[in-house]
Amino acid sequence: MEPVPFVLIQGGRVVDPAHGRDETADILIENGIIRAVGRPEIPRGCRIIDADGLIVAPGLVDMHVHLREPGYEYKGTIASGTRAAAAGGVTSVAAMPNTKPVTDDPSVVGHVLEKARVGGIVNVYPVGAITKGLQGVELTEFGLMLEAGCVAFSDDGATVADTGVMRRALEYARAFGALLIQHAEDPSLVSGGCMNEGVTSSRLGLPGIPVESESIMVDRDIRLVELTGGRYHVAHLSTAGALEAVAGAQAKGLPVTCEVAPHHFSLTEEAVDGYDTYAKMAPPLRSEFDRNALLEGLARGTFSAIATDHAPHDEDSKKVEFCCAANGVIGLETLLPISLELVSGGVMTLSNCLALMTYKPARLLGIHRGELTPGFPADLVLFDLLESWQVDSNRMCGSARNTPFHGRKVRGRVKKTMVAGHIVFEDGQ
Amino acid sequence: MVRAMKSNIWNRKHLLSMRGIGQEEILSILDTAASFREVNHRDIKKVPTLRGKTIINLFYENSTRTRTSFELAGKRMSADVINMSVASSSVKKGETLIDTLATLQAMNPDVVVVRHSESGAQEFLARHLNAAIINAGDGRHAHPTQALLDILTIHDHLPIMGREDFRGLKVAICGDILHSRVARSNAQGLATMGAEVRFVGPPTLMPAKVEEAFNVKVFHRMDEGIEGVNVVMMLRLQQERMTKGYVPSVREYFHYWGLTRKRLALASETAIVMHPGPMNRGVEIASEVADDLERSVILEQVANGLAIRMAVLYRLCTPGSRS
Repeated sequence: MEPVPFVLIQGGRVVDPAHGRDETADILIENGIIRAVGRPEIPRGCRIIDADGLIVAPGLVDMHVHLREPGYEYKGTIASGTRAAAAGGVTSVAAMPNTKPVTDDPSVVGHVLEKARVGGIVNVYPVGAITKGLQGVELTEFGLMLEAGCVAFSDDGATVADTGVMRRALEYARAFGALLIQHAEDPSLVSGGCMNEGVTSSRLGLPGIPVESESIMVDRDIRLVELTGGRYHVAHLSTAGALEAVAGAQAKGLPVTCEVAPHHFSLTEEAVDGYDTYAKMAPPLRSEFDRNALLEGLARGTFSAIATDHAPHDEDSKKVEFCCAANGVIGLETLLPISLELVSGGVMTLSNCLALMTYKPARLLGIHRGELTPGFPADLVLFDLLESWQVDSNRMCGSARNTPFHGRKVRGRVKKTMVAGHIVFEDGQ
Repeated sequence: MVRAMKSNIWNRKHLLSMRGIGQEEILSILDTAASFREVNHRDIKKVPTLRGKTIINLFYENSTRTRTSFELAGKRMSADVINMSVASSSVKKGETLIDTLATLQAMNPDVVVVRHSESGAQEFLARHLNAAIINAGDGRHAHPTQALLDILTIHDHLPIMGREDFRGLKVAICGDILHSRVARSNAQGLATMGAEVRFVGPPTLMPAKVEEAFNVKVFHRMDEGIEGVNVVMMLRLQQERMTKGYVPSVREYFHYWGLTRKRLALASETAIVMHPGPMNRGVEIASEVADDLERSVILEQVANGLAIRMAVLYRLCTPGSRS
């Protein structure tokens, strides 16, 4: 299609959580930038996209994604990962650094950004490692990596377990106002465990991981935030105990935030029954008690983001004995419909739900995305709130199949995804 | 015959665990086993029942008794039995479990008996392949033929305990419950039969929320746990548990959780002592108890194991067979 300077998204229900907007409106885009929202005059030669009957929202921001490139291209690439993102209505992803080589150096950051520019179809924001090689010992160059394009730091997949190292990291990050994202699992309590410790692990005879492996680490880190004042974010928080700790820290005014993954608020450890390796991830699926606590936390506003921890794997890594299987599930393509279950289930409003996938994570990462503000890039998702469909692991848009939601009937279907005014995904195309 | 039973059609393809196996089904296997028991006492210990059938024993973990038991069970019924053990297998060459089994499946065996160190390995194989699988032990998860042979052994002793069935029978399973597939399968099977199961052992060797998971009573003190029970089932404690911080020493373990004659006196007067083997004398059981033929039925368990495995192989090799 000929590039035209003006595009109008017409007649949709525009939900823009950043401005509390939820009304039928048009969005005028000029050269990929949002010009106006409301009832703008239609310029001559403007291309019109009919959004009647659809929700028009800011493109989703997923602050926790594994793209696997460089180094693990057989699991996924920047091209396949961003394709999955586009199919899920996600227009910006924060890419975790546990690649090979690890994103622990400005040159790797540059490489990821260049690959994303050439082969990616949504915005990719690299997350740098906190420590070199994710070894938990020496800090990386936070300043230089931020200048190279990093938006936050994390040793995700591994935990910064050494208390002294974490203290220095939080302290040093203050020089740049950098956000540290902790994968909070005490390795000595995880100790070979491969699912949540509880009734199901006992029955299946699988070594369990107690919830305290997470809460103890979060408790410790919050003490360190008190000591240092560093900005701290808990990745994929999965337990009632850790949530309580974060809520307590927030009540004290500490710079502590957290995210939740759709699989943690929608599934429990029982999904592991039958030794389903597609239900294996770290931290593991928890009990119904913890899941309910997460729902309460979502309703109360303790979370700043819903993030997928999208972790594509090749089939060989999953088609093995349960304990030997790789951790991780894909989530980009199911992020929206699973999150919309929170709305249909009465946990939160549509606007509050979308806030956790748009402006809130965007502001946490300091990126200019996730809101329909004139002057912002026209990253949009158009979706049918009510259309139902069934998740099928054999029909995913990315390269991997490892979804724990196979067979689940969901509602909410992405119809179009736009990045800076360009359509990057269209349902049925 | 164990007891008169209406004929019961067995239509399971696999035997993976005791979960979901009902009382009638257990009794019908005991029946079949009892009828095979006689074969093992003949001068010529062979029947043609499974002639032309092929059984592969695929063992990823060391085992003497279980492998021998399955092998003999197959051979006494005239099946062709092949043993594959980890030392001579392709694992060392990096072949995946599923590839190994797919290869074996291509040779069209009637049953593959699998032992593996990872919980769920056999369920995984059963989900992805067509072969009929008998679980001969997977990690900490299940060991269904052990549970069946233990139930048969207890069943044999019900009369001397003055009982007709398992209802209200008190069974204490003692020791390293955490790492034990024998404890898990027995707890499920015995509960199905109506027995009251107790798990006895130090808290470090007890799985999480085990009361809820297995409907058992938990005792951390041996003396309380075996008080008045009809069956004391001891579990092997592996030496490596000492170095991993589960228990501080053999001396302390034996002192508090070892089965001695003095301690056994707390159980019912007619209580029997069981052990799945191999025993660690002086660790979990004193020789004075292990060798006391008045109380110890450990060798009967071995003999019954053979009969149970014959029954299970027969059922799986001949789908639709009647007891």
